[in-house]
Amino acid sequence: MVNSGISQHLVVIGGGMVAQRLVEALRARDDAGRYHVTVFAEEPRAPYDRVGLTRWFEEGPEGIALGDQALWADPHVTLHTDRKIDSIDREAKTVTDRLGHVHAYDELVLATGSSAAMPPIPGNDLPGVFVYRTIDDVAALRGWVEEKRRSYPEGKPVRGAVIGGGLLGLEAAGALTALDAQATVIEFGTHLMGVQVDLGGGQALKRLINGKGIGVRAETATSQLKPHRRTGHVGRLDFADGGRLDVDVVVVATGVRPRDELARAAGLPVGERGGAVVDLSCRTEDPHVWAVGEVACIEGRCIGLVAPGNTMAEVVVDRLLGGLAEFPGADTATKLKLSGVDVASFGDAHARTEDAVEVVWADPVAGVYKKLVLSDDARTLLGGVFVGDAGPYASLRPMLGAELPGDDPSAFLLPEGGGAPNLELPDEANVCSCNNVSAGAIRGAVTQHQCTDVPGVKACTRAGTTCGACLPLVKKLVDTELERAGIEVSTALCEHFDLSRAQLFDAVRVADLHSFSDIVARFGTGTGSRGCDICKPVAASILASLGNGHILSGEQSTLQDTNDHMLANLQKDGTYSVVPRMPGGEVTPEGLITVGQVAKDFGLYTKITGGQRIDMFGARVEQLPDIWRRLVDAGFESGHAYGKSLRTVKSCVGSTWCRYGVQDSVGMAVELELRYRGLRSPHKLKMGVSGCARECAEARGKDVGVIATDKGWNVYVGGNGGQTPRHAKLLAEDLTSEELLRTIDRFLMYYVRTADRLQRTAPWIEEVDGGLDGVREVVMEDSLGICADLDAAMARHVENYEDEWKAVLEDPEKLRRFSSFVNAPKGADPSLAYVEERGQRRPATSEERATGVVIAGPRLEVRA
Amino acid sequence: MTANDVSEVQATGVTWGSDGSAVARWERACFLTDLFPERGAAALFGNVQVALFRLPEDPLDPADGGPVYAVQNLDPFSGAYVMSRGIVGTRAGVPTVAAPVYKQVFSLVTGECLVAADKAPQGDLPPDLRTYEVEIRDGVIHVGLP
Repeated sequence: MVNSGISQHLVVIGGGMVAQRLVEALRARDDAGRYHVTVFAEEPRAPYDRVGLTRWFEEGPEGIALGDQALWADPHVTLHTDRKIDSIDREAKTVTDRLGHVHAYDELVLATGSSAAMPPIPGNDLPGVFVYRTIDDVAALRGWVEEKRRSYPEGKPVRGAVIGGGLLGLEAAGALTALDAQATVIEFGTHLMGVQVDLGGGQALKRLINGKGIGVRAETATSQLKPHRRTGHVGRLDFADGGRLDVDVVVVATGVRPRDELARAAGLPVGERGGAVVDLSCRTEDPHVWAVGEVACIEGRCIGLVAPGNTMAEVVVDRLLGGLAEFPGADTATKLKLSGVDVASFGDAHARTEDAVEVVWADPVAGVYKKLVLSDDARTLLGGVFVGDAGPYASLRPMLGAELPGDDPSAFLLPEGGGAPNLELPDEANVCSCNNVSAGAIRGAVTQHQCTDVPGVKACTRAGTTCGACLPLVKKLVDTELERAGIEVSTALCEHFDLSRAQLFDAVRVADLHSFSDIVARFGTGTGSRGCDICKPVAASILASLGNGHILSGEQSTLQDTNDHMLANLQKDGTYSVVPRMPGGEVTPEGLITVGQVAKDFGLYTKITGGQRIDMFGARVEQLPDIWRRLVDAGFESGHAYGKSLRTVKSCVGSTWCRYGVQDSVGMAVELELRYRGLRSPHKLKMGVSGCARECAEARGKDVGVIATDKGWNVYVGGNGGQTPRHAKLLAEDLTSEELLRTIDRFLMYYVRTADRLQRTAPWIEEVDGGLDGVREVVMEDSLGICADLDAAMARHVENYEDEWKAVLEDPEKLRRFSSFVNAPKGADPSLAYVEERGQRRPATSEERATGVVIAGPRLEVRA
Repeated sequence: MTANDVSEVQATGVTWGSDGSAVARWERACFLTDLFPERGAAALFGNVQVALFRLPEDPLDPADGGPVYAVQNLDPFSGAYVMSRGIVGTRAGVPTVAAPVYKQVFSLVTGECLVAADKAPQGDLPPDLRTYEVEIRDGVIHVGLP
């Protein structure tokens, strides 16, 4: 451990979200390196987004990764995972970990959080009773549900119950549903989410929750949990009113209890209901011991929300660095993160302020309930409850304590804003409560730090980087500020077109244009302009997507990037690589022999690609047609590895061979690849098909991922590998093969038409209207009324497909392009040089060229 | 862009482009019609590789067949001989070619690198392209080599 004479040692006990925030804030502010910080986490992993725990089911560990993982590689930071601290010695200023190692500290922060509370109901220790707090809890719950399902005859459901109808209970119920288990929520109080939501909201919420297939039993006390007679696992809930419920699994979510045992043992004062007592600087009685997050008892209570915990972390960092920050009071605004159920509340949701006025708008049929709590003059906003439509939450919450503009506050509750005045947030209004970012800070990011878009502002201020609920508001603030600063958010392609790619696509489609000359004459910026290396490939892609024949026909050929122009992939030495299509990764032994023989005859380096096919490297321009002829004669065609177009559809072997497969993934992959081959798009497109939930094809790393279920296919969209890996997100479930094709047809066409230049599906989904939900509405419910058009466009694509290689081979005019030199068409580029490595050749490095160890020039072929 | 900015009319034909160095010999490359308009082609003279570009004809004077520019085929930023395969275009009216490997943009008139795209040339190669004089004589492109 680094603990030089100058730097002080800060020890943080606990590895949760607030601990992470503390380390982040310290590293961001402690430029002089005054502190080395060591974090001891009890869980065997770095801090993760506990608030998003339910996402773990859908997206796995990376779905709930928190912040920049580079933080833990910082030389001023040490993270010990799986290292519980057993005791604190305040005299000696040391802590002792579970291995018995003693660590000295100068300053100590308790960030031990809470544990799930287990009410003293008889039977609460039966197998099959879980809590919902950590990744391990969630993993154990999943394992249990899956095990139960396996032990049951097909079709018999796994029955679950959640004791506790608060925020956490509803998330746990959502998790059970995600695991395909039945769920019933048992609530002791009068209604769900009783802390945050009033009775009216609770009733609307119950309808929404019922709509998700989750049962609700309110005003019910559980008297005992009974074991199943045969298995001894939990089998039944008995209620105080005499009712019973048969269950296979129970999640207890009745609350949390601060983990204050270390504080108690160290003799620090604890609150009436637990928690290490701290003052507004988050300091305990001991000047060198601090407490933050759920374990801190501040203003007489512990707060089980992440945002106030983050604020405490910022306060402690400020204090450690000599500042005088104080905890400003808790922002207890909450938003339920259960898919399809919008619930949010903030401020005085129960209208407990004296003479408070409540304005309510309710639509019981749709399960919508919205309420504003206002001061007695009906002007100052004191709180709000939103169920079924949390739309107004993001913009109203920061107005807490401020006067609402306009005469009629109810206008804010009407659907679509109902003509409510535009909210001009005060600079001090807190927009992102997770990261404590004010409206002023977001405006400053634009006006002082030259951010010109939401991703820039996110990176600069960290607004919206935790739960993301405030992003719509952030976008609005950024847009307004840019407009005000006179910065036009330019979506212009280049100096030749003021339009964005999406606008140009529509323009070309509607104006029915078929050549670049017409496009640039009609929509270009200047007369006589002939475009450039930016707009030409965009126009080429648009023309190809709209079906204008071979990409090398006529003037279109002048628009193509060299890869498309040569129908092969340019490599660093100026030669190309050739990839024949192997749909779904399937290839016959004869096919393999042909590929091998071609590679051998032309001296090409061969490598298996990530997309389950074979790449042959080192082909010179003048060799390409000869190589294609051999491949085409053997039944191969272009694999479009060179295009901004569909690349491959990767598949696992599926139910035809695999013991576990539930559908024919190879068959589906072949069908998809043959359907979408050659489809030109804003960027490359990759797809995958897995034959069962084991997901061997890694389909969720693709733009479109298809995973077999025993009822059909699930389709995921927006995945990619590369520098910013993304897991694809669920678009639709249990589709038939026919529905699957129609869904993907529409998704792809919608993307092709509206995405920006070189924008892959993941960022497109983030930016397109309504995000993933918006895409789902467009492709599944035809909310824009364009599906017939999208379907027709895809049908045209499928009908008009031709192999681009074969078409060149059949056209002498196109073949003429494939000559190395205009004055020596079959001459080889004399600059090429190769060395042998592991039995194949590769381009010589400049050192090898200089020292002359080069073994061969361009004419290496072994061909007779 | 009209041809007048960069050309001088000679008795024998039309000359485009020059970097000021003396022409030691004229080499015959190909017929003008061998070049696809708005695309490049490489020509090989001994071990010298030249990239030729035929631009669209002046709509006011279609008879001249459009200007032809010649620059080195070596792409200084990748070290590969590929400039002839770049996309031609204009930047602020100046005819350009974009390197197909890392997308630097060069003036076809002066060879100057206009957009370096955050890259440095390979080894000690200069970032700008050398240009060659071009003459069209009876429909045949000739390149002036030093």
